[in-house]
Amino acid sequence: MSDPVPPGEAGSPSVANNHSVDTVVAALLLLIGAVVVFEAWRLGARWTSDGPGAGYFPFYIGLIVCISAVGILVQSLRKASRDSATFVDQEQLRRVLSVLLPATVYVLVIGFLGLYVASAIYIAIFMVVLGKYPPAKSVLLGVIVSAAFFVMFEVWFKVPLYKGSLDPLHFLGY
Amino acid sequence: MQELNLLLHGFAVVLTPLNIGLMFVGIILGVLIGVLPGLGGANGVAILLPLTFTMSPTSAIVMLSCIYWGALFGGAITSILFNIPGEPWSVATTFDGYPLAQRGQAGQALTAAFTSSFVGALVAVIMITFLAPLVARFALKFGAPEYFAVYLLTFCSFVGMGRGSPFKILVSMALGFALAAVGMDTVTGQLRLTFGQPELMRGFDFLIAVIGLFGIGEILLSMEEGLQFSGKAARINPKVVWETWKELPKYWVTSVRSSLVGIWMGITPGGATPASFMSYGLAKQMSKNGAKFGTGEIEGVIAPETAAHAAGTSALLPMLALGIPGSPTAAVLLGGLLIWGLQPGPLLFVEQKDFVWGLIASMYLGNLVGLIVVLTTVPLFASILRIPFSIIAPVIIVICAIGAYTVHSAMLDIWFMLGFGVIGYVFKKLDYPLAPLVLALVLGDKAEDSFRQSMLVSQGELSIMWANPLVGSITTLALLLLFWPLIGAAMGALRRRLEA
Repeated sequence: MSDPVPPGEAGSPSVANNHSVDTVVAALLLLIGAVVVFEAWRLGARWTSDGPGAGYFPFYIGLIVCISAVGILVQSLRKASRDSATFVDQEQLRRVLSVLLPATVYVLVIGFLGLYVASAIYIAIFMVVLGKYPPAKSVLLGVIVSAAFFVMFEVWFKVPLYKGSLDPLHFLGY
Repeated sequence: MQELNLLLHGFAVVLTPLNIGLMFVGIILGVLIGVLPGLGGANGVAILLPLTFTMSPTSAIVMLSCIYWGALFGGAITSILFNIPGEPWSVATTFDGYPLAQRGQAGQALTAAFTSSFVGALVAVIMITFLAPLVARFALKFGAPEYFAVYLLTFCSFVGMGRGSPFKILVSMALGFALAAVGMDTVTGQLRLTFGQPELMRGFDFLIAVIGLFGIGEILLSMEEGLQFSGKAARINPKVVWETWKELPKYWVTSVRSSLVGIWMGITPGGATPASFMSYGLAKQMSKNGAKFGTGEIEGVIAPETAAHAAGTSALLPMLALGIPGSPTAAVLLGGLLIWGLQPGPLLFVEQKDFVWGLIASMYLGNLVGLIVVLTTVPLFASILRIPFSIIAPVIIVICAIGAYTVHSAMLDIWFMLGFGVIGYVFKKLDYPLAPLVLALVLGDKAEDSFRQSMLVSQGELSIMWANPLVGSITTLALLLLFWPLIGAAMGALRRRLEA
């Protein structure tokens, strides 16, 4: 399989190192844990008249999240175990975003145009922009893939997929 | 020998033209999934699960489990030919498989890999045939505390046997439980952790999590690495297969040892990936050619492949007998059982004989079909990898989106899938294990139910977990595993002090 972008050159500057991302993620997890504990307490984490309350189990789960997150924080803040290896460099981040951002737009577009139309457009644009394919070939492949899914789901398995709020394929009668 | 009769009955259930056809479809789809980056056993089965809602449970499980076998076989193809493991459990296969292919012995390496996969699976299935009914019969006596103790053991063994930070394993697991708690509480009917959002009432479906974490996350990782495949062409002719098969019996010790390692790691939720590494390591230590490992030893292909397939297969034992899956893919299959209206657990062996024995019989047949399919179609699948990534990547993302949508016909799920994809990417990079999260998400409600029931019986006294020798020993074993990293560290320190 060939790829539009060559493998990472060693010279690409680092955007973030493992240690700092680790710390941020652990802090976020601590926050989530705290929210769970708080919510569980509000729901009733104690013994009620008819047994354990709705928050009884989640309360302890939240506590485990908090304790482990603190553990990870301490581990990542301790100097001896600092992991200064690169988490992601500029080139890598660019590549990841070049998939992630279009994917986000794709999901947004599904909401309006439905899965089939959005998928055809997405595959075609992805091929043109990242694969440098000629537009005609890309559009053709996008339409073929979408049509294949349409036949498989709507006709063969009779599982209707999302048609979007604008429903551009309404004329097909499915 | 009651098991043999039941097994024959199972063969009778499975051997219909429809089921045999589904078996071939499943294997081919599975190999395809195993070969493509971003689609693996767990999320491949998750994506295809909605298509089976209208099938009979037996046909559905035959097809889905065959997808799983196919994925196990498929991972080896990319490892050997392209030095790119299609699945995490085939990483160890690249060590000796790729050098063999470089020397022009790709045919031998592939034949050895497929045959050892088959042997590993066969040993594991034979074990399941005779052990699973026993475990199920034993488990029929279980009450709520025993079940909770087994759940506890499952999750604690992740901590005790996992590599990496125990905190990260714990947090990943607890996060899974927390996500499972979102939505309507089944006992009190209260809404939990929904923050007033009606869309969250349904809670998080683990299928969405699996598709996002393993599918989208994997695509992001592959993209970051900027994959550039340079593969060897492969052709397997009957002569090479025959020559290799004549060689293989020499390595029977490695096969037996690897099968045992795989079975052990599969039943306990160690999984196929650590099993393949452990088996490779053991083979390297014990073989007289150990020093040559890594340069293209056929034994270095046999060991990890046998163990991975044995582990992947035996992960279904706890799922069938106890309703507790041993791997993410087994967890997805368990989710399938619930959707098809079957209650997983030991009663399955009593109430759904056709289903259980049909599945076990299909494991024998499916792996045989798999071996034949992969030996004959390798060039075809190898050519799929020559399709450029800029075509494969968007198509896989589209497949994931469709898969996520079909679970509940909910647009919001596609957004969740994307979110889980980012989490999967970050967690993978920071060495947070994903399997405990998925298993906790699947088992969350059941584990909580058994915990609550136990607490109701004992009026909130935790001592019920030691109320009888059985539950007590399981609980103690679980706690031992949970604190194993601490115990291990303490013992290491003590030994150092004694030596000093």
